[in-house]
Amino acid sequence: MGASAQLQQQLSHIHNQHLLKVYEKQIGPKRAFFSVQAYRHWLSKAFVAWVLGTCCIALWIYNYMDEDSKLRRKELLESMCDQRARMLQDQFIVSVNHVHALAILVSSFHYFKNPSAIDQATFAEYTARTAFERPLLSGVAYAERVPNSEREEFERKHGWTIKTMQREASPIRDEYAPVILSQETVSYIQSIDMMSGEEDRDNILRARSTGTAVITGPFRLLGSHHLGVVLTFPVYKSKLPPSSTEQQRIEATAGYLGGAFDVESLVENLLGQLAGNQAILVNVYDVTNSSDPLIMYGHEDQAGDMSLVLESKLDFRDPFRRHKMVCRYHDDAPWNSSAIVTTILFSMTGILVGYILYGAGNHIVRIEDERNEMEELKSRAEAADVAKSQFLATVSHEIRTPMNGVLGMLALLLDTDLSSTQRDYAQTAQACGKALITLINEVLDRAKIEAGKLDLETVPFDLRSVVDDVLSLFSEKSRNKGIELAVFVSDNVPELVVGDPGRFRQVITNLVGNSVKFTERGHIFLRVHLEEHAKAVTDSKANISSTLNEEESDESMLLSGSQQSTTLSGSEAADEWDSWDTFKYFVAEEGFTMNGSSNGGTSYEEATGNVITLRVCVEDTGIGIPLTAQDRVFMPFMQADSSTSRTYGGTGIGLSISKCLVELMGGQIKFVSRPHVGSTFTFTAVLGRCEKNAVNKTEKKRNAEDLPSSFKGLKVVIVDAKPVRAAVTRYHLKRLGIVVEVASSVKVAANTLAPGVDLLKCRKSSQPDIVLVEKDTWFSGEERCSPVWPVDREQNGHISTQKLPKMILIATNISKSEVERAKEAGFEDTVIMKPLRASMVAACLQQVLGTGRKKSQGKGSSSYLQSLLCGKKILVVDDNRVNRRVAAGALKKFGANVECADSGKAALELLQIPHGFDACFMDIQMPEMDGFEATRRIRQMEKQANEQLEAEGSIAEEGKDGWHLPVLAMTADVIHATYDECVKSGMDGYVSKPFEEQNLYQAVAKFFQDKPISGS
Amino acid sequence: MDRNQSHRQVATMKQSLFDQGYLDHEQFNQLEELQDDANPNFVEEVVTLYYRDSARLVHSIEQALEKSPIDFNKLDSYMHQFRGSSSSIGAKKVKAECSLFREYCRAGNGEGCMRTFQQVKKEYTALRKKLETFFQLARQAGPVDRARRPK
Repeated sequence: MGASAQLQQQLSHIHNQHLLKVYEKQIGPKRAFFSVQAYRHWLSKAFVAWVLGTCCIALWIYNYMDEDSKLRRKELLESMCDQRARMLQDQFIVSVNHVHALAILVSSFHYFKNPSAIDQATFAEYTARTAFERPLLSGVAYAERVPNSEREEFERKHGWTIKTMQREASPIRDEYAPVILSQETVSYIQSIDMMSGEEDRDNILRARSTGTAVITGPFRLLGSHHLGVVLTFPVYKSKLPPSSTEQQRIEATAGYLGGAFDVESLVENLLGQLAGNQAILVNVYDVTNSSDPLIMYGHEDQAGDMSLVLESKLDFRDPFRRHKMVCRYHDDAPWNSSAIVTTILFSMTGILVGYILYGAGNHIVRIEDERNEMEELKSRAEAADVAKSQFLATVSHEIRTPMNGVLGMLALLLDTDLSSTQRDYAQTAQACGKALITLINEVLDRAKIEAGKLDLETVPFDLRSVVDDVLSLFSEKSRNKGIELAVFVSDNVPELVVGDPGRFRQVITNLVGNSVKFTERGHIFLRVHLEEHAKAVTDSKANISSTLNEEESDESMLLSGSQQSTTLSGSEAADEWDSWDTFKYFVAEEGFTMNGSSNGGTSYEEATGNVITLRVCVEDTGIGIPLTAQDRVFMPFMQADSSTSRTYGGTGIGLSISKCLVELMGGQIKFVSRPHVGSTFTFTAVLGRCEKNAVNKTEKKRNAEDLPSSFKGLKVVIVDAKPVRAAVTRYHLKRLGIVVEVASSVKVAANTLAPGVDLLKCRKSSQPDIVLVEKDTWFSGEERCSPVWPVDREQNGHISTQKLPKMILIATNISKSEVERAKEAGFEDTVIMKPLRASMVAACLQQVLGTGRKKSQGKGSSSYLQSLLCGKKILVVDDNRVNRRVAAGALKKFGANVECADSGKAALELLQIPHGFDACFMDIQMPEMDGFEATRRIRQMEKQANEQLEAEGSIAEEGKDGWHLPVLAMTADVIHATYDECVKSGMDGYVSKPFEEQNLYQAVAKFFQDKPISGS
Repeated sequence: MDRNQSHRQVATMKQSLFDQGYLDHEQFNQLEELQDDANPNFVEEVVTLYYRDSARLVHSIEQALEKSPIDFNKLDSYMHQFRGSSSSIGAKKVKAECSLFREYCRAGNGEGCMRTFQQVKKEYTALRKKLETFFQLARQAGPVDRARRPK
């Protein structure tokens, strides 16, 4: 039983998985929120920050690039400035040197020669001719040093008086420096005392004390209005040593040579010669007094680019004066276009990217919001759906209760004396009520499934009998309609499977019911295979006939055109998979495995373990499902169209329930349908395999007993032109244990028979007992005119000794005249009417084979029970007198020898070893000592006895396995827990109280099966 | 013809017993099936046994109910017996009431027990009357060639 529990677990696991899936579907996967959602309020701020950041970076980039260009600009200016300063300096110094040379000239020729070699004219000429060497000097002049003491002599000698700058006669001073020699350009300063001008006087003093050239600060020159400086050189009377003192120099001073520098034009000229003159502005300053720079060149006004000003030092070789050159650009620095463009591009890109991110974020947030909303709506809808289901469940339940009352009352009403009209009304009301109850039950089913309240049973059941039951439900209808209804269960399918027979039957009933409803001609064919097997066959078929298929399909196209498909009835079916082409592989394979073992399909068993998947096909040749409606077939309350329900009735809930049930069983349902051709519904279901222990065996036996076993070994020839149909017939006969041969026509059958006729020895084995002839085959062929067997019979002349085959017709529907004709041809009275069921076929065969058999087989299990129980000594233990009496009566009826005990104790006394009882039926609930306890004690006693026996070593001799009395519990509540308890306390089984034949048989068969009756 | 008539009467009576829910169809038929040549009056015998037996039980229960405090365990075991026998003869209504009684018993509801017991007795008596009539009719009609149960 452990294996069974495991199996149950496995099955429930599968179902649970399914439920879980459904549940998941309802709830929907729970998802973590995306991070954007959490920061949704920061989105716009982040965007602004991003933009600002981008701008900052852009500015930085601009600055960086600008800085670079500025630096280059500065360097350029610097070099230009330096260049100018150096040139200016050089030019200036060249001029100074010339003046120096002049000074030396004057000292050489004026003072060292005596008399002087130079006079005004010579000097003027010389200076004029060498003026090109001093382009910067507007002119040079020589002033002699005249002390006040020598003034009169000097004035007399030259014939003019010394004048001041203002051209007045000079006042008396310590000394004078009147110009005596001058260049023509500056002849206007002749006789003017240079010491009268403040600037010049300073200059002169400084020059004679230092002995070098000195210059004045800038001032407006007399002749021009240009700014200029005066350069002064001392001229000494004697050659002075380089290390002479200041005093010595002042003493030796003879005069001064001076020249006016026109700085403005000097610089102008100079700059004019250089490139980039227009680009920069140059100012030259005298910065001897650093707090008050004096401009020497350039404009004071602040034109030009004041942001970048560079200074360069100028050295005019005047130790007292300092000069500098200031340069700046004429124009402001031009805009750095590349930097600007780069910056703008960068910031635009940055902002764009930011905006895109921002937009995306916003979008995500919005989508998430919407999704949440949708989910909310979805869950609400689902909740509503569940509520609806629950409501349906409740309401249908509520309706059912009063409806049952109504129906019950109607039934009672019908029992009373009613006039025919009243009866008619009441019956109509009852019929309507029943229909309503059916509908409500269906709705309730569906609602239950949806609400997840439906639990599947897991009990062992005989699949074939379930299928047969379904068939019998519809046999009447199909016969009336003239449809051929057939069932075929593959031999690989185990006899017993574990699952929910009720639900399984419900699905099949629904499908077959639909088919019957929608089919007017042709056939309905219900087949059950193992899924693995079906797959294997289709695969192998695909492999084998892949090449042939094309030709075949052409052929079958033609055939279908002429309504000669190889299906059951010859009508075309929707799913080609179902035609004989495939089916023969099944049959072939089964024939093969049949030889191997009666269990069938062992190879598959091993492969699949405890769980099997069944594939059930229901094929019909009905009106089919319109293509437009095919996708909503499984939706509740959906029918193909409204006209369908008008024509055929029904609510359209059946298929949806079937789908739910199939899914609960771990399978799938699908269909193939072609309008006006037919539909094939296929579903799979996961069921448990019943384990192969003792219980299983008896169950099997019982099921076999359902069908009488007396036909075992019979030989039957089926004459049928249609192989599928023949296979179905063979399937049913095989279940009865009959050896079957198939012939496609009566002639073929006769031929197979012929050799048997000749060889008398073999006759017994080869001669068929019965020939089953399909009506269509019989009447369609020419054979009906020439009955074969009667002729054979005549020829043989062995009529009396030979048991001749009985001929039976199989028909879906048959007319009276046809029956007559068949009788004439030698057929038996009995016609086996389709749809075939094993039990029905058995009944017919019994009828045909005569009453002798009937007696023994008449009451199925009863007779068997009789044989099992006859002569057995059985103890019935029950404290309830009535129950005891009933149980005893039931057992006595089957020939058992019954003794009774009214308590556990009494039973124990009776069962003291050795005793002669073959079995004990034990009530469970008894006062003092209940059934469990009594059984435990019995087992204990037996154990002791066995040990004793073993010690004596007498077991082997007796050929017994020691004492073991079968104890069966009698219980009213047949629930699993009780059964477990029974097993635990050592019982062998149970029968439900009150006794039922079936139940009793099941329990008893297990023990008396193996032991021959003669045993006691 | 007359016999046929009375047979039909018996059958109608039985059917009405079934229909009104006094008897369990299945169970009673089972009992009847046990009746054969060897045991021609099996059903009646059993029913008589039932009434003899249950009269004793009813008495015991009555006594147990009068006691205070009520011994529910005892009541339950009596009722179990009673219910078992009722079930055996297919006394459907009595059985149902018995079940109810046991429910009350288990819940320890003395009031309910009392009330239900009245109900049990009522059904029990009603059934007894019906069955007496029925068996009387059946005896008059004589043994029946009972139709075989269809296979």
